[in-house]
Amino acid sequence: MLFWQILIDGFAISSLYALGATGFTLIFGVSGVLNLSHGAIMVAAAVASWALAGLLHAGPYTAALGGIAVGVMLALLTYFLTVRPIQRSPRVAEAEKEIFILTATLLWGIIISETIAYFFTNNAKTVLPIVEGVVTVLGVRTPTNEYFTAVICWLAIGGLWVLVNRTRQGKALLAASMNPRGVTLLGIELTRIHVAVWLIYGLLASIAGILLGMFLGVSSYSVGPLTASAFSIVVLGGLGSVSGSLIAAYVVGYLETATAYLISPAYRFIPSLLLLVVVMYLRPQGLFGRR
Amino acid sequence: MRQHLFSIASACFATLVPTLALAADPIKIGVISEAQAVAGSSIAPAAQLAADEINARGGIDGRKIEIVVYDNHSSAAESVRAFQRAVNEDKVNAVIASYISEVVLALEPWAGRLKTVMITPGAASDVITQNIAKDYDHNKYTFHGYLTSSALAGLVCDAAKDLLVQQHKMKTAVIVSEDAAWTTPLDAGYEQCLPQVGLKVLDHIRFSPDTTDFTPIFSKIEGQKPDVMITGISHVGTQPTVQWKSQQVPIPMFGISSQATNSTFWKDTNGATEGVLYQAVSGPGVAVTAKTLPFVEAFVKKYGNNPSYAGYTSYDDVYMIADAVRRAGSTDSDKLVEAMEKTDYVGTIGRVSFKPKGDPHVHGLRTGPGYITGLMLQWQDGKQVNIWPKNLAAGTMKFPAFIKLSSAR
Repeated sequence: MLFWQILIDGFAISSLYALGATGFTLIFGVSGVLNLSHGAIMVAAAVASWALAGLLHAGPYTAALGGIAVGVMLALLTYFLTVRPIQRSPRVAEAEKEIFILTATLLWGIIISETIAYFFTNNAKTVLPIVEGVVTVLGVRTPTNEYFTAVICWLAIGGLWVLVNRTRQGKALLAASMNPRGVTLLGIELTRIHVAVWLIYGLLASIAGILLGMFLGVSSYSVGPLTASAFSIVVLGGLGSVSGSLIAAYVVGYLETATAYLISPAYRFIPSLLLLVVVMYLRPQGLFGRR
Repeated sequence: MRQHLFSIASACFATLVPTLALAADPIKIGVISEAQAVAGSSIAPAAQLAADEINARGGIDGRKIEIVVYDNHSSAAESVRAFQRAVNEDKVNAVIASYISEVVLALEPWAGRLKTVMITPGAASDVITQNIAKDYDHNKYTFHGYLTSSALAGLVCDAAKDLLVQQHKMKTAVIVSEDAAWTTPLDAGYEQCLPQVGLKVLDHIRFSPDTTDFTPIFSKIEGQKPDVMITGISHVGTQPTVQWKSQQVPIPMFGISSQATNSTFWKDTNGATEGVLYQAVSGPGVAVTAKTLPFVEAFVKKYGNNPSYAGYTSYDDVYMIADAVRRAGSTDSDKLVEAMEKTDYVGTIGRVSFKPKGDPHVHGLRTGPGYITGLMLQWQDGKQVNIWPKNLAAGTMKFPAFIKLSSAR
């Protein structure tokens, strides 16, 4: 019973982690940017969706789509307002650009989360679930929404896989992550690839944020932990490796769930952080990292 | 020449003197609160409302009340800085501070050091009044304008006896509370009083206020098969409530859930709060005293939402401070403390009177019949309905379909 419970609950949360981390790692792989406003974008999408449903009485689908629109817009703003100006600035030394972008996205994330707290208070919000009710599988009573969450996550990840491996634009994207200079030599404009990546990232992060809002609820307090968990999953899996991130998401998700059930919910995050430290010692490039 | 000077001087005085008399120094009250938290966000608006009302009637002895607001971002460190600024730079005469016990405990020594009267409209930790008892001369400037946690536990048990044990023949309970300063005495109070009213405590779960996934906690509680969960939550609220509903945990929640006192809680939880029972000192539509409903009406009219629990007390606190200034005939802190100690004021939550020096909870509110008795409300169809005590009840307990009451099991 407990085993099945951990298996089912862990699967839902791990799928969410996987979706959140995929976008995060994609951006790093293609443009070398560690986006520390990740959690803020997820939360903003979820809160926008909540506000649409709660304050403007939109239906669950409209609310979810509106939330995604806000998230995508914020992701593009992140790129155009904080990342690109630094990448192009002649006044920032090339070697320092990474740290400048890191700081800029961190501050941008704080701006987003403080704005949310200012307008909507820092109390947790929950997005109206698209599917309600519970189903009992193998003696475990689980909200139907948890299965829905897992299915949507995998559909989104599957969609990304098809895009990257089966379409011309997607292949260009993959190529850019391997060798940016090579791609430009083939006559593909790198900026367009960057915009496309941020767009895809915005989609993935918003979907993950809204699903999280339906499943557990979010608040401006979740911003930091969400960024941190995406970051540690991506580092664990190997920076820039999508398949590594997926596997790492499941390792972290199940480790957390098992800890919460078998030891105590209070220690939920500790074992996965310890694991991260151990991996950093033994395999600094992460479990599946290339560099 | 001399006469000329004299006439200039007298002309100056003639213009100065009436101005001074007209604009007597305002009585300044600093409000340090949590603008971004549901429970704290009503504190400053409610205080402003009271000040506006007093000023509209001419103020206190011709002096207007001026509210100076500081947002503390729910941080104790920022609160201390705000307190210092309020006293040293903005020269406030008294401070109304916070609904968070940790914040009030951090401010308490500063109220003593800067000799400034401070009252909290919403913190609950017993340690606040215990500190005053321990070092009265230094800490006498602090007043506890809300119930202590142990008093809250007692009121929850009183309600549990009537509603759960007598009406529904419940026998067992699990205590579920967030790990915070205010719940330590609350839980101790629950552990002591629940068995006395006939509820055996099967387990006692304290969880981190950072918890987001409550599934493991609920599944553990469900395994213990209690008749009811007795809650002590304030920093969290939305998440456990929503997950309780989405996971269809068949056990009722009863106790303290501060966020549920706010009218926005229905929207925050998308209606998952249906059936949640929570203790409060006042509620919408409940005429605890003759002042309660006019206050709520005025607040809704001015701000468009219902006040949180700390809004009621904050509103009363302004009146109590103003009254104390009037009786003391001064804003001198020591005289103000003496006047505050003699407070006997019927406010929005009942008759307010502070426990005297020598009591272990000196400057805490008197509770019980004749003073503050508290209510037990339940969220029903988007509304907060009072169900206890009987003489103020507007309805009876109803539960959503997924709740399996032990009497029906």
